[in-house]
Amino acid sequence: MRNIWIIASREYKLYFSSPVAYMIAFVLLLVLGIFFFLNLQVAAFQPGFVPGVEVFLAPLATMLVMITPAVTTRLLAEEKRLGTIELLLTAPVRDWELVIGKWLGGFLFLLTIVAITIIFPLMLNQLVKPGIDQGPVISGYIGIILLCAALVGIGVAISSLFSNPIAAFVTTLGVFIFLWWILDPITRVMGPAGSGIDLIRYLNFSDHFFANLFRGVIELGDIIFYLSVTALSLFLGTVSVEMGRWR
Amino acid sequence: MIRVEGLTKDYGPHRAIDDLTFNAEEGEILGFLGPNGAGKTTTMRILCGYMPPTLGKAEVSGYDVVDQSLEVRRRVGYMPETVPLYPDMTVFDYLKYMADLRHLKNVEDRVDGVIEKMNLEKRASSFISSLSKGLRQRVGLAQAIIHDPEVLILDEPTIGLDPAQIIEVRNLIRELGREHIVLLSTHILSEAQQVCNRVIIINNGKIVAGDTPERLQARLTGARHVSVQVGGDSDGLEEVLNNIPGITHISTNVDGNIVFETVPGQEPRPEVAKTIVSAGYDLLEMRPVGISLENVFLQLTRDEPSHPESPEDEPIEDEEGVEQEGN
Repeated sequence: MRNIWIIASREYKLYFSSPVAYMIAFVLLLVLGIFFFLNLQVAAFQPGFVPGVEVFLAPLATMLVMITPAVTTRLLAEEKRLGTIELLLTAPVRDWELVIGKWLGGFLFLLTIVAITIIFPLMLNQLVKPGIDQGPVISGYIGIILLCAALVGIGVAISSLFSNPIAAFVTTLGVFIFLWWILDPITRVMGPAGSGIDLIRYLNFSDHFFANLFRGVIELGDIIFYLSVTALSLFLGTVSVEMGRWR
Repeated sequence: MIRVEGLTKDYGPHRAIDDLTFNAEEGEILGFLGPNGAGKTTTMRILCGYMPPTLGKAEVSGYDVVDQSLEVRRRVGYMPETVPLYPDMTVFDYLKYMADLRHLKNVEDRVDGVIEKMNLEKRASSFISSLSKGLRQRVGLAQAIIHDPEVLILDEPTIGLDPAQIIEVRNLIRELGREHIVLLSTHILSEAQQVCNRVIIINNGKIVAGDTPERLQARLTGARHVSVQVGGDSDGLEEVLNNIPGITHISTNVDGNIVFETVPGQEPRPEVAKTIVSAGYDLLEMRPVGISLENVFLQLTRDEPSHPESPEDEPIEDEEGVEQEGN
């Protein structure tokens, strides 16, 4: 456990010693801020429209899908590129401790950025009379945290396959786009009776977020889905690191 | 203590090392000598628990490198050939990270101690990306000895350094060899000669010879060469020496020194000295001129008997091996 924490805290600190962290935070908050502002403008003109938590949670989830590859790509691919993986693999650290440590570092960093977005529901609560519905805020953020865990997990697993961070970045982004945007139209095209449709529908990343958690409903199935994806990714990442020893 | 028995490692169809057996005891600096791609890096990686062997057994301090890998890794300090470091960390932070991963007590003191030992005090808060090759090498060494390991494994520790730095690193290794078992690889022969107590010559994954550098030379050349310098004119000295039993091939070299070979198993030097002095010459110097390890090495690694296993694809496989180890 101690090793996991040592590795995670190094990764976490390292994000802040490079401009990447600040750029990611800046872009994310800028985009969310613009969406937020525009929604407030719309609300000012349309008497019936009351902006809720969805005006920043939906773009936040989408932005996370796009920026997480930039957070995770470095984690193991950079170690392989620099050759420092050899030091970690000859230090008294188990392979799974290394992988989980890397994941935790990236996850905590992402959570730090997500934590800043709390200002949006706080502001909204002040602006909307008599305050916004608290349920979707809590369930929505639970969903965002689970989504981060799963995305970083997949990112770490993919990062372990590459020794070129850019290749890892592009692959991770491709996988995320597939899971987040492409699976949804596939399920619609295949219709309710297609073979294997249940699996494809189950893997649909955005559906597990938008169907319930986003609307204020905490469904155990969705929580289990994101946690299983995280666990499976970390397991595969460990296998991949271990297989790297044999080459 | 290192014990290696029948160690074999295959990369796909290519056999990188083949049935290596050797030991290393306390207080020994063991040199691994061989051309590039001979299997030195592979052997070292197995010994520090980085990769498992295909066949055979290796023990470090009594722990098996496969079954008790973590115990082995706790007791081994390793510096890979490429000296991998994190460029975006400072020397101090990097060493602290490596010390933390080894769960050392009084981490900061340990780091300060090792920084002092490696003469890195002035650069402790510099980013590693700003260090020269020589300084990086020292940081790599510092990282390898920070936990005071029983066994120190150094892969080509002087490669890419300038002559002054090479001497510095060699002195350091010799110093470290007093407290640790040091296993170092090199393809520089004079380095093995200067630094190591024992040399294992490895070629195409097989041990071709192993002994002290001196004995390796003696054994392979059989005879010893001795050079004699006398004051003034050395005319007629060759004839005088001719009568002494146990010496052959007397000649005068360009400097005017007399060079002869001793017959293996005989020690004619006292007799030579007496004869020279009684013949009225002023004996200034008499010293052995060993045939360098270089010759021994070339002799051993060249003219290999043809390999029984698939000799036709051997060269290509070898090159791949080199590239893998270089990465």
